[in-house]
Amino acid sequence: MEFALSSEQTLVQENTARFARERLAPSAKAREEAHQIDHALIQEMAEHGLLGVNIPAAYGGSEAGVVAYALALREVAGADASVAVTMAVTNMVSEVIHRFGSSAQKENYIPKLVGGEYFAGAFALSETGAGSDAAGLKTRAQKDGDAWVLNGEKMWITSGDQAGVIVVWARTSDEGTKGISCFLVEGDTPGLSAGKPEEKMGLRASHTVALSLDHVRVSDAQRLGQVGEGFKIAMLALDGGRIGIGAQSCGMAAAALRESVSYAQERQQFKKNLASFQAIQFKLADMATHLEAAWALVLQAAWLKEENQPFSQQAAMAKLYASEKANATVREAVQIFGGYGYTEEFKVARFYRDCRVTQIYEGTSEIQRLVIARALLKQAAQSQGVS
Amino acid sequence: MDFKLSEEQVLLKDTVRRFVNERVMPEARAWDRDEKFPLETVQEIAAMGLMGVRVDPKWEGSGLGCTELALVVEELARGDGSLALTVASHNGLCTGHINMFGNDAQQEKYVKDLAQGKKLGAWGLSEPGSGSDAVAMLTSAARDGDHFVINGSKIFITQGTVGDVYVVLARTDKEKGPKGVSAFILEKGMEGFSQKPMKEKLGMRSSDTAILNFDEVRVPAENMIGLEGEGFIQALQILDRGRITIAALALGLGMGAFEASRRYAMERRQFGKPIAEFQAIQWKLANMAMELEAARLLTYRAAHLCDQGEDFSKAASMAKLFASEAAMRATDESIQVHGGYGYTAEFPVERYYRDAKLCTIGEGTSEIQRMVIARHILKDAAN
Repeated sequence: MEFALSSEQTLVQENTARFARERLAPSAKAREEAHQIDHALIQEMAEHGLLGVNIPAAYGGSEAGVVAYALALREVAGADASVAVTMAVTNMVSEVIHRFGSSAQKENYIPKLVGGEYFAGAFALSETGAGSDAAGLKTRAQKDGDAWVLNGEKMWITSGDQAGVIVVWARTSDEGTKGISCFLVEGDTPGLSAGKPEEKMGLRASHTVALSLDHVRVSDAQRLGQVGEGFKIAMLALDGGRIGIGAQSCGMAAAALRESVSYAQERQQFKKNLASFQAIQFKLADMATHLEAAWALVLQAAWLKEENQPFSQQAAMAKLYASEKANATVREAVQIFGGYGYTEEFKVARFYRDCRVTQIYEGTSEIQRLVIARALLKQAAQSQGVS
Repeated sequence: MDFKLSEEQVLLKDTVRRFVNERVMPEARAWDRDEKFPLETVQEIAAMGLMGVRVDPKWEGSGLGCTELALVVEELARGDGSLALTVASHNGLCTGHINMFGNDAQQEKYVKDLAQGKKLGAWGLSEPGSGSDAVAMLTSAARDGDHFVINGSKIFITQGTVGDVYVVLARTDKEKGPKGVSAFILEKGMEGFSQKPMKEKLGMRSSDTAILNFDEVRVPAENMIGLEGEGFIQALQILDRGRITIAALALGLGMGAFEASRRYAMERRQFGKPIAEFQAIQWKLANMAMELEAARLLTYRAAHLCDQGEDFSKAASMAKLFASEAAMRATDESIQVHGGYGYTAEFPVERYYRDAKLCTIGEGTSEIQRMVIARHILKDAAN
């Protein structure tokens, strides 16, 4: 057992922390108000290796591994959660292309994603009628000679209107989960159009859009993985994505705790600072303990993925626990700040709004529990079978 | 980074697990009912080398680390919290205290026997008026030539009546607060030293608990551990380590409750199917497993820091606080999963539920853990 970070991981953490402190935190509020992240900032992140943390150097990535990816994402999320989600999706799109793509796809798309030539990558899985029940998707891809014609509507697509390339899931047959395939659709493909960014409670600098596919024609070379492999790709992408949401949640919780500690030490009431009251101390102790537990779960899941071991259950636990405790933490942070916490003068109000979605996207808390329970019952059935 | 246990650690865990399945689980209900201290079983554990887990082989111990002690306690608690508490306190408190701070003569005279389980150890800090506020202790030790004369009493002392060797914290200087406390080794049978069993506990009923009374007990000065005035500092270090074993104990109880619940949920049928097929039950199992996984990571991490010689005080408090509270939730939910049956002694979960409560109190209450953690956080921020 070894809980310490390697020197490379420490380096990634320190460099990202500095970048987040200097380049992201001071301007997060401005980006939120503008509902916009500049492409120049994305390119700056690419220069720091943040867009392909777990991507081989041959494709321009940092090749630093999954633990390093979690470390970097945590630091970015603590400064600006909108930037973190943009970064996370772009990283995961590259990972999915790297894992399932042809060499032409890898050589074409990954360097553009990792290098910041593209603003972002995007995943288009959800639809109005297919949320937690992803297999209920209705978007269709029909073979037409050597091409595929895609028709349908997608919902909740992060960076969907800004992405250079979008991974689109579509039904290629009616055989349930086995009838789903995956396609790489470039952002400027004719027939693809994005709706107006949703007005959201949080993550306002990140765009979330509906996508409409109206006879979008892509060649068979744009198909990602085998025909019918789409659902498997989605599940694997979601498993990996959950580590990212866990890391983002920890980043927000850590930032909320940091702000709370410093406010509690400054704010005077009843002639002493808030930090000298046990009522406040206990909130801080709980926030810190939950963060430590959440982070250990995230690191464990990341480490398992890095070691090529099964990590689906651990990623679901990490995502579930980290997101729920991060929300409890930002709520307590607002409480510690009192009336000031309810204003936009302090960061905690933004953390509170940004954090809420971590319990919803990449699988709701309810879906995580489903994944975990299934794994637990399967393990018990198997061990009974053995004995 | 590496979350895997070593092969030796896995072997140790499996060995204790097998022992627990075969020798502990079938008996634990009766021990609990009869408030019976299972001396024969403790001797079997001693024969496995588990009464001196951390003691150097030169003093007849197994020479293992804090992580190994945590693994042993976790596995024992999966079957019986009381037995785990016996082994944890013998190893961590009494034996640990003399082993860490005692001189060679004390190792030779006491630790050798303790590590082999030939003698059982107890540790006396709490007093009727001095629990979380340990500095308020009144038990006094007054020097008289080559001896100290001890007067006072201790309460909630594990192995209080079955113990042979006792580490007792007593005040050698009334004026010096925490710096006026020293640690002494007492033996059962010393004149004026008496033990009164405390029965009818909510849980941990087959763990032995007692009140100790000291009426002019003359203890040779050579039985002082370390220097005069060092006792309180020593005790705090012992408590820091003890918190890791209590965390492991809570984790084991939680795991026992979780495994029993999962097994029951897959067998018990209602509305024409196993209750494990209902999401309401699945959710409970998922929450239990998730929190116990987090508790496990916090516990092993604290143990690992301790083994690496790094500062682990905050990590130990976090592990203890988190694991004990997670165990309370897990054992509570496990009774719920079992329904009416869970409320009876026919299933082990009501015992786990009662035993787990000790973990939020012993070795520093949850409230004390939060104080310790908050102090660390505020200090870290100030630096």
